[in-house]
Amino acid sequence: MSDVLDSFPLLLRGSWITLQLTVYSAVLALALSLLFGVLGTTRGLAPRAVSRFYVEFFRGAPALVLMFWFFYSLPLIGLRFTPMFAAVLALGLNYGAYGAEVVRGSINAVPKAQYEAAVALNLTPAQRMRRVLLPQAVALMLPPFGNLLIELMKATAVVSLVTIADLMFRAQQLRAATGETAAVFATILVMYFVIAQLLQLLVRYLERRTDRMLGRRPRKGQPELRTVAAGAPGVGGVG
Amino acid sequence: MPPTDTTPEAPTPEEAPKTPLSKTPLPETAPSKTPLPHGDTPGIRFEKVVKRFGGNVVLRELDFTVAPGERVTLIGPSGSGKTTILRLLMTLEKVDDGVIWIGDRSLSHMERGGRRVPANEKHLHEMRKQVGMVFQQFNLFPNMNVLRNLTEGPVHVLGVSRDEAVERARGLLDMVGLADKIDAHPSQLSGGQQQRVAIARALAMQPKVLLLDEVTSALDPELVVGVQDLLRDIARQSDLTLLCVTHEMHFARDISDRVLMFDQGQIVEEGPPEQIFGDPAEQRTRDFLQAVLAT
Repeated sequence: MSDVLDSFPLLLRGSWITLQLTVYSAVLALALSLLFGVLGTTRGLAPRAVSRFYVEFFRGAPALVLMFWFFYSLPLIGLRFTPMFAAVLALGLNYGAYGAEVVRGSINAVPKAQYEAAVALNLTPAQRMRRVLLPQAVALMLPPFGNLLIELMKATAVVSLVTIADLMFRAQQLRAATGETAAVFATILVMYFVIAQLLQLLVRYLERRTDRMLGRRPRKGQPELRTVAAGAPGVGGVG
Repeated sequence: MPPTDTTPEAPTPEEAPKTPLSKTPLPETAPSKTPLPHGDTPGIRFEKVVKRFGGNVVLRELDFTVAPGERVTLIGPSGSGKTTILRLLMTLEKVDDGVIWIGDRSLSHMERGGRRVPANEKHLHEMRKQVGMVFQQFNLFPNMNVLRNLTEGPVHVLGVSRDEAVERARGLLDMVGLADKIDAHPSQLSGGQQQRVAIARALAMQPKVLLLDEVTSALDPELVVGVQDLLRDIARQSDLTLLCVTHEMHFARDISDRVLMFDQGQIVEEGPPEQIFGDPAEQRTRDFLQAVLAT
């Protein structure tokens, strides 16, 4: 065990790489989620078809296979990526596909009455999306995004297969050097858990901020809110 | 206000440009300091309008005209198509057949290559500038405070400067009696207050036609009167063309120049409120009023 503790800085360096991979992939996945998620809610057939294709293809492709493809196959046609770039691209594309479905579902779940109020104010379709629907959909997106973020972080554990020295890679190095299999893996289990908790804290913070924006919890120094929600679903239709 | 029989006919497509449906406000009805819109007010005309939801025909070749500045209340049982008329005018629904005119322009259709085709988003955007709507459930934006609910449209749609939009919002909030709630969040307001903000928000866009869809139905009984009083004032002080769907017959009597009684997507009877509520000609109207007033 003491060998493992002596090599702790090595594991820390590995977890730093894991964290970097997570952040870069998450930023890419978030951008793709928003782009293809919003496209998936539009009326036009072409944008929806593009969104559908992206989601089905990259959700169905294992991240590891994508990573191998970017790292080992593309060089055969002259396209060479750094291991980090290949890993971020594979994870971002894969998790962006899951995220796009979350975004699409959340936008569709905003009460129709909000869309109608935006039409009645004569906002353009883009303004309706950006100023009314998306901000309200964010509150619905955050919990599943929290899940995906932690999933993504855990999925980075395969990047050692494209030669990246992440936490898992360092653990295997250490195990080979010390033979302390149980101690090494127990240590990195805890480290992965700690990283997951940090990410969860970030998501919780964003959830609280969004709730305040939507008036679901009082702002600092403001009185309690009423239970009546503004913009409750209207009773549209005939009458 | 012109009584029904002298209501000017809305233009047919051919004569439309020559006889625009518009009205200059009477000076005495235009107090200079109200933030309410004044100016050329268009009329409305439904021409053989058909609306179906699936196999259910909600409006059957409906024809009716609303004069510029006229205040019309639509009454009738649930499912008679009243709300659908407002939703068609707000472009929340599309007509299946027939044409809707606002002033001298078709709302539902546009000209392209000499042919009349269904309106595209650009045409709808242009036409919606004249129309505002207040909903039964208020539908304030929960991601914005009261002020931003009122300035969002003027700044981003009308291109008004932020300072001017804020000034206009203050004036309107003052008018609806909620000047102190300017920074409040919609969820901090009562239903009645939310509806007042929603009315102010609709007026901030300076519409010429205002649609009121059962605006007091979702309110607690003690809050209804305040909102109705506000709307009476607005009706009195502006020259808005007003279409109102309501189940509050006293309110309908007060606010309207003309009442249209609907059943099964068609007008059963129409006339000034005194006639409809005092001496209805049709048995269907009598039955309906009896049922409504009994509750």
